[in-house]
Amino acid sequence: MMIKSRRSFLKVAGIAAIGMGAAPVMNLAASEPHGSAGPKITHNEETLHAERWGMVIDTSKLNEEVAEAVKEACHKAHNVPDFDMEPDAEKFPNTRPVREGQEIKWIWHEHFHYAFPDKEDEFLAEKFHDLPFLVTCNHCKNAPCVQACPTQATFKREDGIVIMDYHRCIGCRFCMAACPYGSRNFNFRDPRPFIEETAPGFPTRTKGVVEKCNLCAERLAKGEQPHCVEASEGAIVVGDLEDPDSEIRHLLAEHYTIRRKQSLGTEPSVYYIV
Amino acid sequence: MIMAGLAVFVLAVLSPFWFNLITTTMAAPKPELLGKAAESKKCVMDKYEMRSEHMYLLDVWRDSVVRKGDRKYTGTNGETFNMSLSTGENSCLGCHEDKAKFCDSCHDYASVSPYCWDCHTNPKEIK
Amino acid sequence: MLEIAIKGSKKYWMWIILLLAVMGAGALAYVDQFLNGLQITGMSRDVSWGFYIANFTFLVGVAAGGVMVVIPYYLHDYERFHRITILGEFLAVACLIMCLLFIVVDLGQPTRMLNVLLYPTPHSMLFYDMIVLNGYLFLNIVVGWKVLEAERNQVEPVWWTKPLVLVSIPFAIGIHTVTAYLYCGLPGRGFWLTAILAPRFLASAFAAGPAFLIILCYIIRKFTKFDPGWEAMQTLSKIVCYAIIANLFFFACECFVVYYSGIPSHLAHTQYLLFGLHGHNMMVPWMWSALILMGVGAIFLVIPKTRNNKALLPVTCAMIFFGAWIDKALGMIAGGFVPSPLHHVTEYAPTLQEGIIALGVYGAGLFVLTILYKLATTVKEEVRG
Repeated sequence: MMIKSRRSFLKVAGIAAIGMGAAPVMNLAASEPHGSAGPKITHNEETLHAERWGMVIDTSKLNEEVAEAVKEACHKAHNVPDFDMEPDAEKFPNTRPVREGQEIKWIWHEHFHYAFPDKEDEFLAEKFHDLPFLVTCNHCKNAPCVQACPTQATFKREDGIVIMDYHRCIGCRFCMAACPYGSRNFNFRDPRPFIEETAPGFPTRTKGVVEKCNLCAERLAKGEQPHCVEASEGAIVVGDLEDPDSEIRHLLAEHYTIRRKQSLGTEPSVYYIV
Repeated sequence: MIMAGLAVFVLAVLSPFWFNLITTTMAAPKPELLGKAAESKKCVMDKYEMRSEHMYLLDVWRDSVVRKGDRKYTGTNGETFNMSLSTGENSCLGCHEDKAKFCDSCHDYASVSPYCWDCHTNPKEIK
Repeated sequence: MLEIAIKGSKKYWMWIILLLAVMGAGALAYVDQFLNGLQITGMSRDVSWGFYIANFTFLVGVAAGGVMVVIPYYLHDYERFHRITILGEFLAVACLIMCLLFIVVDLGQPTRMLNVLLYPTPHSMLFYDMIVLNGYLFLNIVVGWKVLEAERNQVEPVWWTKPLVLVSIPFAIGIHTVTAYLYCGLPGRGFWLTAILAPRFLASAFAAGPAFLIILCYIIRKFTKFDPGWEAMQTLSKIVCYAIIANLFFFACECFVVYYSGIPSHLAHTQYLLFGLHGHNMMVPWMWSALILMGVGAIFLVIPKTRNNKALLPVTCAMIFFGAWIDKALGMIAGGFVPSPLHHVTEYAPTLQEGIIALGVYGAGLFVLTILYKLATTVKEEVRG
């Protein structure tokens, strides 16, 4: 029998909708929470722990070779694309030419005037004129990028590392505007044609997400030192700033250090022994 | 007339199903358990749970690894795994070895293209 | 009521088709960007926001400018604006749609857009921007529609439109303040880190919005039988006058602060915009043109004879609108990112493709505006006979 009025049709439709919606809701309510026999998620035993990870760079041990080696080690291990290279024409046919200025760098070197623009000095000591200062993400205690991110794709882990969740990033680049140190990079294009040799232990990223140094969280999780530390011939030390007995705290106790743009209140965790 | 119209509508709406029935000879694929996976007999979850929930499990894993740094998964059967798609022996691809025969065989059939592989690397493809 | 939009003259349809063509071109260009990434734009590691966000910032202002006709009528019973509040509200709707479109085309991963809702982040200004922009859009659509519908049926608007209108007023101030807060809370960007940024945004908004509205009134007078009223347009021109003077004054204050104090991290940006930095001077002619356009426009608006000159007024308004656009869209973005936090200079110019996508968004906005104004003017023609 056909329904005679719009009103009665809506009534039937409404009841049908409630009926169809009831089953999943009841299933959800009836599902048992996992008891002590459920799966467990923990960290590895060999994971290195810290209350607050920090880095000390001894500038007296820096030179062009070390700086280059550090950058190579980090970029190769993390599949950071090199836009100076020619893509493999077979694997990646029709790659568009690279646009100037859209490069990606996680750690690199700058001269004093660029690394510390707030410390202008007409009479800067000779040895600092051409010294290659390694700059990277400072994993700030009060990171403005974390404050800015609308999805918490950039967030601060409990151990102090400011890290990216590439799955969540919407590519709005607010964090890049917020960073006072220019440490962040955007994938303007698919990076894969520009990765010479893909390191198998680490993902690449895809176009449209922001990336930066992650303090080798994947290495710390295996009990290993970050790549930059290993390649730096002792110039870089990474450790727990909150542990008074750590090597990094000893270094800070013995030497005067500077940090980039200290007056902004971001509390960077990267210290430079000068 | 209304009944005839309804019949036509039902046929039209179900067309993907009877179309497939007529044209395709492909049965639902069985993902192959190769090499280590076949031998070791230690599973993350049982077969049926994995089939329906692996997407959710991977979501939980990725949030746990990226956002908390916890990388060790101990299943209800007491076995431990490294919560990684492709890194190391105790990862998904570490055991299940071949992406094409394992992941793709079902995904292609179901017309699902997850974007995992835009970023995550497949060790076989690199070498 | 929408059926009104499909009955129009030949000129109307030619305009609609032109807009659809522009939107189509923009969409095509965007497909390439969606598939291949933002490499097709002129943005770079140092200048990570460009033409899209620049236009977004400017259009938020124009949308807020619509409140300049709502406040006098709804709060102070200024009868002259009675007939044009709908024009202000519909202008806000079109502008907000363009704002949201500009954000979407700027995203690197637009399919993940909903993450902003799925993972609400109250410490992020973008979270509040999303709320106020969508809220103001919703309010204007609902209020505009209900009020127009009531006028068509020759009845008083439903009682709940009044409280919604009142709520839309702080929302209007809110959209622009929050957008300014995106910029002025970032510690590393000396050009934006100033308390006067939000007031300056509001001033240039209240100049550009009503200026564009005046131009739209001229167009409506030409192409429809509805007359917004010369008195209303004159009042609007006085509002533009004060607002543009305020904008110029705020700019002068900014210049004084950076030049007199001489602090490099603040000065370098203004220096780049007005005089160039280390030989890079792409923005210099633009900035001075903007100042001249806004300045001359202000003078024309101050002098009663030129302000009330019916032939000159639309030209003046166009000058002010364009000048404000250069200042707020181009100047703000370029100034903020150049020099970079490490004091490197990377200049920025949009690419052709970027421009086509942006034009497509403007086309979409004008499309919405045309349809909504067709509704408004036709209803008013009907009612007045």
